[in-house]
Amino acid sequence: MAIKTEPITINMGPQHPSTHGVFRLRVTFDGEVVVDVEPVFGYLHRGTEKLAEERTYVQIVTLTDRLDYTASMSNNLAYVRSVEKLGGIEVPERAQYLRVICAELQRIASHFVSIGFMLQELGAFGTPLMYCFRERERILDLFEMLCGARITLSYMRPGGLIQDAPEDFWPALGILMESMPEYIDDLEGLVTSNEIVLARTRDVGIISPELAVNGSVTGPMLRASGVQWDLRKANPYEVYDRLEFDVPIGYQGDTYDRYLVRVQEMRESVRIIEQCIKQIPGGAIQSEAPFFVRPPVGDVYDAIEAPKGELGFYLVSDGGISPYRCKIRAPSFINLTVLRDMLVGWKLADLVVIFGSTDVVLGEVDR
Amino acid sequence: MSFDQLYDLLDRFVPESIDWMVFTVTALILSLAVINAMVLCTALYTWFERRMLGRFQSRIGPNRWGPFGLLQPIADVIKLLVKEDVIPVVADRAVFTLAPVVLLVPALMVFIVIPFGEQSFLGKLNVGVLFILGVTGVNTLAIIMGGWASRNKYALFGAMRGAAMLISYEVPMALSLIGVIILAGSISLVDIVSSQGIFYILVQPLAFLVFMAAASAEMSRAPFDMIESESELGAGYHTEYSGIKYAIFQLAEFMAPLVTAAVATVVFLGGTKGIDPIPGQVWFLLKAFSVVFVLLWVRATWPRLRVDQIMGFAWKGLFPLSVINFFVVAVELFVLQEPDGTITNQSMMIMTGINWVVMVVSIVLIATVLGQGKLQHKLPPQPSSLANMAASEGD
Amino acid sequence: MTKLFVGTELAKVIELNHPDSIADHSDAAAIIHPGQIHEVLAFLKQAEDLDFQVLSALTAVDYIEYFEVIYHLLSMRRNTRCVIKARLPGREELTIPSVTDLWRGAELQEREIWDLMGIKFEDHPNMKRILLWEGFPGHPLRKDFIR
Repeated sequence: MAIKTEPITINMGPQHPSTHGVFRLRVTFDGEVVVDVEPVFGYLHRGTEKLAEERTYVQIVTLTDRLDYTASMSNNLAYVRSVEKLGGIEVPERAQYLRVICAELQRIASHFVSIGFMLQELGAFGTPLMYCFRERERILDLFEMLCGARITLSYMRPGGLIQDAPEDFWPALGILMESMPEYIDDLEGLVTSNEIVLARTRDVGIISPELAVNGSVTGPMLRASGVQWDLRKANPYEVYDRLEFDVPIGYQGDTYDRYLVRVQEMRESVRIIEQCIKQIPGGAIQSEAPFFVRPPVGDVYDAIEAPKGELGFYLVSDGGISPYRCKIRAPSFINLTVLRDMLVGWKLADLVVIFGSTDVVLGEVDR
Repeated sequence: MSFDQLYDLLDRFVPESIDWMVFTVTALILSLAVINAMVLCTALYTWFERRMLGRFQSRIGPNRWGPFGLLQPIADVIKLLVKEDVIPVVADRAVFTLAPVVLLVPALMVFIVIPFGEQSFLGKLNVGVLFILGVTGVNTLAIIMGGWASRNKYALFGAMRGAAMLISYEVPMALSLIGVIILAGSISLVDIVSSQGIFYILVQPLAFLVFMAAASAEMSRAPFDMIESESELGAGYHTEYSGIKYAIFQLAEFMAPLVTAAVATVVFLGGTKGIDPIPGQVWFLLKAFSVVFVLLWVRATWPRLRVDQIMGFAWKGLFPLSVINFFVVAVELFVLQEPDGTITNQSMMIMTGINWVVMVVSIVLIATVLGQGKLQHKLPPQPSSLANMAASEGD
Repeated sequence: MTKLFVGTELAKVIELNHPDSIADHSDAAAIIHPGQIHEVLAFLKQAEDLDFQVLSALTAVDYIEYFEVIYHLLSMRRNTRCVIKARLPGREELTIPSVTDLWRGAELQEREIWDLMGIKFEDHPNMKRILLWEGFPGHPLRKDFIR
């Protein structure tokens, strides 16, 4: 006798352990298999773009902290670069190096969060997450040395940084960079060749390179699909053209590749920071930019390679002290375009893992 | 105090004609003692588990109340008891209320037949192993009741997964115990303990591994914790429970590792047997403790398997392994046993040797069929032609 | 370095293939008539020597007299970028063809523009509000939006 069945629709979120904040997925299941997904956005919408229109260029730096709150430095960097390009502000070389160091430290910290939560969603009971957070904590300590804050940093300003690194920052950074490869080895030993992790992540949630490019996917997700595209190499900003590093890519764009690409990127970041420590010159860290920046009338789009992907700011100036329009090209938001293609056909258990591997931060998605 | 002593004591005050009543009262008193001891043990165990997990995760764990945070379970219980006991309007009240009880009672009943000492009276129950298998089988019912009655989709998911998984894993669990039963020649737990000249974990390592895997699935712990997989279903079948009912679910859940440890200790680790000056009860506790620790270790380290992988593992992995084990043991027994049906320690040694070889070979075989294999990629990945970062560098 | 196409040059190339589609051009961008935006963008995507396979960002700006929809295109193969704009005069009932059939990446961004700016994209598969809830009064990123 055939049993009558019907699909079941579940609201995953906005209060769900695996939604990285307040995200909602309206999922239709056939048994355990996902047949349809409809993401519902906006639970964390704070109108950042509208707020930016009423603040001065320097004040907006604090708003950018709250976009991708696991990678504030990168947000600062992307924003101040756009302002500098718009206003034609020069940045001293020492500040550029420090910015690169901060951005790369932030990349490591952000990837730790991403990997940790993906493993948490795989069902590992907290241990890998704690491993990741233990090391992230030390990076946040360094940030605290730089600017006194740990999460919402606001360390960068158009034209440079708020202050130079203190004396004891450099030895602390040196020690961390020495031990970081070991930490990453530790984490990899726990995860990379784990039988269950392999069974759960390999060949799951594949994004083809064509789909990734067509869907404007950027960052580790794009590179995991085998598309070697990194703005740090393609359009070297700050001092990346003087630094040597590789752009790791994955084989086929499954969840496992996304994990591996992130781990390898952390290793590359360590390499970059070590070179920066050797090369950094002395001198000023802030150019003579006025507090109230008044860029000429015009518009500019500038993007950097943030941990999540291409983070761009499109600024329109009307000559005043605040931007006429400030558009944020948020990588996590646009990466979610392909969410449905990744999820349909997989099981409930894969759904949370694939979603975790996309590494979205809701502060950035909803802005 | 053993059963017989208590029985004699009570017998003095009661006329001959109602001896059965004395028996009943004695059994009830002892059972009550065991149950209370176990609930206390479970409370202690929650503390132990949380502290150990803390160590595994390089943090501290509960350490605020009492020495080393030992009073933490009391605080937990008080917190849970004073919480409002919510029953959803749409829930099936009777079933909803009954489910936690149905889950807890079997877990407690198992302890009654565990021989904690050589004098254990109920441990002599002549169908001990069957009793354990039968009683723990009721779990499934409780989980379906809880999941179905809450009328919550997550709970339903958890319950349906539970139904599939628990029933599947009962098969390899029972089959792995059969090897022990035919070797011991009895299904009474006391007899199984006394027949272990060499601990059965050495004689039948394969059965032990299968049993531990199946048991951790039976109690829904990592890596098989898909019934309440927190990251997917919130809390699985007990999503809608709160207050005292939730506390009972938690109690039953934390009791499960103790049940498993006790059964594994009796069946595979020689129960109360040990080196003499130290009493058997201490040995029992030590053995059970090490089993619990291994379970905890697994839980702290491994991610969870997916639904289909868990079912596949039961039927393609554990089932053949347990059949191999019990077949090999049966053949060995047929060849090696003495004319009167007993087995000497020497033949036991021979069996041990053969079984270890069988275990390694069969596990390697199954692992190559089911396993993920090593990372096949030898060459670095080829960049797709869709992007070229070096382009237009020349102009 | 990524090469940014100069708007004037780009306008010439577009003019050759789609005459009369250029409304205006400057160094920064080429401005296209909204009616022809889809053909022009399709051309930019498919032309061998332009090859803009990625829609990097899509946004809109309220200039009070008109709205500007801005397409930031990127060619990963050639490492080039270009900026295409379209101007929509007026304030009510604004529509422009959707480019979701060319770039899937436009899906969420077009919905966001509809939500915050109030520009409808024709033929979009799911033209609903995205960040705000259905029934929200007005479009908050417009300059005349009052809380």
